[in-house]
Amino acid sequence: MPDDAPATARAEEEAIIVIDNLSFSYDGGRTAALRGVTLEIQAGLTTAFIGPSGCGKSTLLRCLNRMNDLVEKAAITSGQIRIMGHDIHDPKVDVIELRKQVGMIFQKYNPFPKSIYDNVAYGPRVQGVRDKAKLAHLVEDSLRKAALWDEVRDRLDQSALSLSGGQQQRLCIARTIAVKPKIILMDEPCSALDPIATARIEELIAELQEEFTIVIVTHNMQQAARVSDQTAFFNMGELVECGETARIFGNPSVKQTEDYISGRFG
Amino acid sequence: MRGRWRSADKLLTLGFSIGTYFLLFCVGAIFGKIVMEGAPVLLRSEAPYVNTNFFSKSPMTLHEFKDEEGRLLRLDHDEYRQYRKNNPGAVLLEERSISHAGGGILGPLVGTAMLVVLCMGMALVLGISTAIYMVEFARGGRLLSTLRLAIMNLAGVPSIVFGLFGFAFFCLSPVFPVLTTEPDWDRSILTLPVWPGGGYLSFQGWGSSLLAGGATLAIMVLPIMVAACEEALKAVPRGVREASLALGASRWTCVRTAVLPQAAPGMLTASVLGVTRVAGETAPILFTAAVLSRATLPWENLEGSGLFWVSNLLTQKVEALPYHIYIISGQPGGEAIDHMRYGSVLLFLILVIGLAMVSVILRSRHRKDSH
Repeated sequence: MPDDAPATARAEEEAIIVIDNLSFSYDGGRTAALRGVTLEIQAGLTTAFIGPSGCGKSTLLRCLNRMNDLVEKAAITSGQIRIMGHDIHDPKVDVIELRKQVGMIFQKYNPFPKSIYDNVAYGPRVQGVRDKAKLAHLVEDSLRKAALWDEVRDRLDQSALSLSGGQQQRLCIARTIAVKPKIILMDEPCSALDPIATARIEELIAELQEEFTIVIVTHNMQQAARVSDQTAFFNMGELVECGETARIFGNPSVKQTEDYISGRFG
Repeated sequence: MRGRWRSADKLLTLGFSIGTYFLLFCVGAIFGKIVMEGAPVLLRSEAPYVNTNFFSKSPMTLHEFKDEEGRLLRLDHDEYRQYRKNNPGAVLLEERSISHAGGGILGPLVGTAMLVVLCMGMALVLGISTAIYMVEFARGGRLLSTLRLAIMNLAGVPSIVFGLFGFAFFCLSPVFPVLTTEPDWDRSILTLPVWPGGGYLSFQGWGSSLLAGGATLAIMVLPIMVAACEEALKAVPRGVREASLALGASRWTCVRTAVLPQAAPGMLTASVLGVTRVAGETAPILFTAAVLSRATLPWENLEGSGLFWVSNLLTQKVEALPYHIYIISGQPGGEAIDHMRYGSVLLFLILVIGLAMVSVILRSRHRKDSH
């Protein structure tokens, strides 16, 4: 991203992610997947997006690192997203640079069919890191942070696909950490995992909170309550309510939120 | 009423089954005849069980005659010369010679193998880049559908048209350069001296050559190749692309490091299948690469060294199996030439079916791996 002075100044006073009256459509504007969403996410906090299926929470998440660029005809119809002070749809913004700052963990763990080592080293290599010692250090460091090092230290050259589902998802987290992003987006990271693997990922998220700003989409209310500092509730493409997690779950100000959280719909 | 319907039913069933059995009969007749007649040419009843002469000699003239005792002899040209040398005064009766009926199949076999390898290489490069562009980069819309339509149309073009196109484009048009010490000054539009050794890079067209033939076959196999490569690329899950892009890879890096390694086996398999289809074509190489007969194998008696050697190798005409079969089929000579016909055809069938089977096995193994 261009490091011009006004942007830096704005970045200081602004939240790390600012979503300003954002509308988004998958079909060139005929139907809106997101309508007028305005939301701020503070640096260092973990934010949970909750809401029924099709409410737009994953769409919004995928807007934050422009993953939706891959989908034909999908585009923002109005509003803007500023991350660290830069409008991410500004033509001057390099989408590759954006994605280095904003990493993503996907719903279905998707390691490459390469060795464990090569998976973690993928990001740094793409960025041109060739130094073997530096790579090895980065890989170890990332795997340690992802709480996977002790399980795989003796078999780094084995295929990533030989790991269990939970391990593969933690490998994907290590792979993302290796790129050293500021923000990590998690799109239902535990939905394909069993309860034990889920618990380990949640522990991991708790540890990562100290270093990264995390945005997590989840269907699991308890998970949202456990891991997040702030929660945003979406319905039908609109942001219904956003606030401190304890307040949203304890004393929501909108009836709809209360109904959803208590399981009356969704 | 019901009875009549039932008999109509029976009649139709009979009609359909006759059609099916006729098909079976045709397949059986074709393969049966070829194997029956061709196997004795290729095989021998004692060790090493194959007719080594047939595989180690190139086609040559066959001499047929009766010696003084009235025995019928059929000798390849080299054997015939030996015979004349050993029997200086011999009287040969009813002598006749039949061109291309003697010797073996080595030259055409080698020529076809080289053509196939060249074709596969060029088709892979062209096909993969086209498919990558269409799947990974092109942004939908009219351009893409036009492109697809154009490639589909290519599949419907008769092979002789490809042959003529290849002749005009690759052989004659002077945009294609050759490395040579003796440029064709009349045809060359640009001749660059190449240091050292006094050679030239001459833009004079490839002439009728291995290169031109391989390129013509490659253009012809492109529709299959592009479709197959597209399919292989599309079979790579979206998650792989997303994972790579989310780690800060550019589109091309993503394709190169994440998508292509996963699509490669599928592409290779498809290319073998595609090449199988064109390996048997005669028309495209008729003007662009094939020669009736030649005395040496392509790499024998070649001048030059290094790149010049390669250029000389690739810019010569070669014998090719399908063309060889075409020639000996129209050749008079009666039963004296039959062994060559059936032997060549059987070998050709074995090769093409073998290639097809390899690609099918590769594909099924690849499918098993990816699931």
